[in-house]
This record gives sequence, C-alpha cells and structure tokens, in this order.
Amino acid sequence: MTTQPITLDEAMAFTWYEADLLDSAQYDEWLTLWTADAHYVVPIEPGATDFENSLNYAYDDHTMREKRVSRLRSGLSISASPVPRTIRIQSRFRLLKSDADGCDLRCAQILTEFRRGRERNYTADVEFRLVRDDEKLKIAQKVVRLINSTEALTGIGYIL
Amino acid sequence: MTLTAQADPDIRPLIQPDRARTTLYTDPEIFSAEMRKIFENTWVWVAHGSEIPNPGDFKTGQVGLHPVIIVRDRKGAVHVHVNRCRHRAATVCEVSNGRTNSFVCPYHGWSYALDGSLRGVPYEKGYEGSLDKSQFPLRSLRVEEYHGMIFATFRKDIEPLVDFLGPAKKWIDLFMKQGAGYPVTTLGEHKFRFPGNWKIQLENTTDAYHFPLVHKSFLTATDKETQASLDMLNKGGFVEDLGNGHSVMVMIPELIDLEDNLDAPIPEKFKDLAAELAKDHGDIEVRRIVRAVGGSGFNLNLFPNVACSMAFFRVLQPISVEETEIRHIAIGMKGGPAAGNRARMRLHEFFQGPMGFGSPDDAEVWDRVQHGAQGDHELWVMLNRGLATESATAEGHRRSDVSAETGMRAAYAQWARMMAV
Repeated sequence: MTTQPITLDEAMAFTWYEADLLDSAQYDEWLTLWTADAHYVVPIEPGATDFENSLNYAYDDHTMREKRVSRLRSGLSISASPVPRTIRIQSRFRLLKSDADGCDLRCAQILTEFRRGRERNYTADVEFRLVRDDEKLKIAQKVVRLINSTEALTGIGYIL
Repeated sequence: MTLTAQADPDIRPLIQPDRARTTLYTDPEIFSAEMRKIFENTWVWVAHGSEIPNPGDFKTGQVGLHPVIIVRDRKGAVHVHVNRCRHRAATVCEVSNGRTNSFVCPYHGWSYALDGSLRGVPYEKGYEGSLDKSQFPLRSLRVEEYHGMIFATFRKDIEPLVDFLGPAKKWIDLFMKQGAGYPVTTLGEHKFRFPGNWKIQLENTTDAYHFPLVHKSFLTATDKETQASLDMLNKGGFVEDLGNGHSVMVMIPELIDLEDNLDAPIPEKFKDLAAELAKDHGDIEVRRIVRAVGGSGFNLNLFPNVACSMAFFRVLQPISVEETEIRHIAIGMKGGPAAGNRARMRLHEFFQGPMGFGSPDDAEVWDRVQHGAQGDHELWVMLNRGLATESATAEGHRRSDVSAETGMRAAYAQWARMMAV
C-alpha cells in the first residue's frame, strides 16, 4: 500500500467505473473491486452505523456478494429473469476525509430500473470507504442509504 | 336522514369449498366489503409488545383501512386509537414510532392523553361551555394480547381473543420457544409492497408446494444442510385447519418443539456460532440457542393478517384491491447473546425483504397472479390440492399433507362466512 492520499478526481472516476460495471452487468470485474473484508451494506435505519448488530436490507461480505451475482446470472430466480435494466447517475461528490489510510467519499445516486414495462426509481446517499491497494483503488465499504429506507420498498432484484 | 347503504356483493357464486373466482382478487367492491365485513369485525394483529416496551411508546399502523395508533399508557396498558382528531378529522400522529406524553392535533391543537381522553381544546370559550370533552376522546378499539401478540377489534361483542385463536394458541406457545429461554423481541423489519390482492399473500403462507420451484435460487445459494432441512415436500409435514380461518403448515417436523432433542449433534453450519456462544454460556444453553436460531419448523397462519412464520412475524396490510404491503418482522432474544441475534438477522436478510434471496421471487409470482387474474373471470382459482387425502385429527381438525391447500381452504371458508353476513 502506498500512502499517497486519494484525490476527489480519482475517487469519482473509480465510483463511476463501479456504477458502470453494475449497469452493464460486468459482475466478475465488479467482484474484484473490493478488499477481502469489505461489506456492501443497504441499511434500514437512517444514520445506522453498527450494521453488524442491526437488521439491514443487505449486509454482504465477499461470499454473499458472490451469491448475489450468481443469483442474477443463474436464471433460477424468477424476479431476476430477466435482471432489471438499471441506469444510475452519481453526482454531488464530496470527499469527507482523505489521508494515508484511504478516503471517505459521499455522493448522491439516482437509479432508474426498468423491467416488465415498469419504471421505478431509487434515490440514495452512497458512502464509500476507498483504499489504495497495490496502486489500484479498492472498496473497503459501500453503504447505500436509500432516501425511503424506512418505507415499503418493492422487490429489488439487482445490486444498488 | 339515513346514509345510502352500500350494496353488498353476492359472494355465493364466487366461492366454493375448493375453488374461488379471480374477481376475489380484482373487484374493488369486494375489497370494499372485505374492509368492512372482515377487518371491522374480527381480531386484527397490530403489534408485538416488544415494539412498544415502555410507557409512552407508540407505533402507527392500520386496522383494515383505518389509520391507528398503538400506544402504551403510563400504567403499562396498551391502547389502540383511531388516528383521527375528533374535531375535523386530521391525523394526530404521522410518526411511524416513538415515545410521547400526548397526541396533539396539528390543525387546531386539540390534545389527547395516551389513553385517548381529550385533555385540551385551545380557545375553548368559543364553544360557550357547550363542549363536553368527555364525549370526544379518540375512538378506541378493544385490545387483547396473547404471548406478546397484540390484537385489536372494533367489535365489543365478539369472542375474547383466546377463544378466537383457539387451537392456534398451542402453536403460538411453541413458536415463542425460539426465544431460547429469553423473552422474544422484535429486531427490526423489512417492509415491501407488491401489486396484488392481499389474499394472494394470505394463501402463500400455507403454500409449501411453491417452495422448491420459486425458491430454487435461494436453495442453490444456501448450504447442503439447509437444503436438506428445507426439502419440505419430502419430510412428512402436514397442513392442519385450526378453525376460524387459522391453519398451521408443518414443514420441518423435527423442529416443531425447539426444546426437544437438545442433545442432537450441532449442525455443521452452526459450529462457529456454537463455539462463540460457548465462551459465555453453558453447553445446554448453547444447544438451546443454536437449535432455535433458524426458527420453528412451521408457519402458523392467523386469519386475517398475521403469521408466525418460522423465524419471523409476517404481517399483511391491504392497501387497495390490487396493492398489498408486507412486513417481515425479525425476532430474537431480548437480553440474549449478541452473536445469536446477529445470526438470526443475517438469516433474515438472506431470505426476507426487498433484497433477500427469497421474498422478491415470491413478490414476482404474486404479481403474476394479479396480472393473470385479469384473464377470463369465469375461470376458477383451484384450491383442491390434498383434498382427497384429507382426514380429521382426534380433535376434529382437517389435516392433509404439507403441500395440500388445506390452509387456504380454511382461510377462504372463514372469508366466506364473514362476507356472507
């Protein structure tokens, strides 16, 4: 690991890359973007921080991320056959902290899904913990805080 | 002056003991009649006691389409009030849960105590002494509780809750054993909606027949032990009609009583959890917690809106004839080991909720039912599976094999009884 702090430009380019991988269903590449102990979290309670001891919509370690990808690909899940098409826009990036250990980035995400003639939207604050690993950026944690997380959602058959 | 009576739909041509017309899913007049004849005339589940543990704790909800507040007063008694100011009808609370000393209408400031009594009316002299506040409390429902499950009804004259539950009580007792010696507490909930009628979900809770197909994706993602445990069509389970629309579906007979077989070997999948628990707990307690962590081996379906479903409460809320809200409330051990509750929450996240590996597939097929139900209303929804092999238990309950539609027939029989009145 180098100690060069991650810049806002680097962080933005990286999360846009991650967003594009998800929208274009390049899941193998997506699975390599994470550190070994990273979690992908979609919490329910606004402001939650102790995800491990809370009920979440998703709290995925590497194994669960792999299972989620397999589910999208297997054709066995009727809600993911076909996988909904998604287009997500990320903006309003802010580097909350960046130092030798990595950076905390927050951005807004507006996602539109389309499946079986229905278009739905999910809006969220997305928080990334990014680290530099062997000259590449990696996700140490990604938290998707849906603006309506405490309300009734619909089935989300893809990765936010 | 009398209000025009709403015409009651004639349900007789729409339902038989083993089949129903799809208009039960699609007709707004039937939906409207259901909200009156069923949801205003029976015990409706509104909360688990652990959701409002302390004086002043409240949550909001619905009984049928009536917005309600469920609140614990200073003395610990639970009240269920219609969430509607007695002055000009505004809701007095729009927060999903919290703690308060009173409910104050935001429109003109009428304020109500936790027990619903009207306490304050701003500028009361404008009524020139003619306002008798004792005549304008929040409208309160009758409330009764069994094993922490709180039910409410608009009817003062129907049977007590324990009589309504009847033989279902035994299964509630068994279900609560998953506290593993600790009180059962709620751990949060997944809430989602699907575009379909509420009875489609009601049916599904006693439908083992769909499990291997709809949940193939989940079963593939899980471990071999869980796959074997959930091979429910081949394990000798059964469905039993418990009366009043209630039924139980036993999917994993060896997990009916979580206090049995505590000396059985700990499954491989729970070895790590057991090792972690063993740091602070004796062997028998570890075994009790581990055995309970995946929940009971049955679904208890209580008509019309709640189920004790393996390891969680399933609550359904009709929104409109073609929209239903589902809540999957996770449960765990109050004051129990954090590792055990973490394991329960991870299992819940794995299957349940809008991003689980199970619920979205259920929601998709229910959506398909609602869509297909628009096709040819002369066709029947068939509910006759397992009828030929149905027999009566010693108590006189109809029982058939686990994949039978006995539980659905029980629910629709109660539906027909209530709708015919």
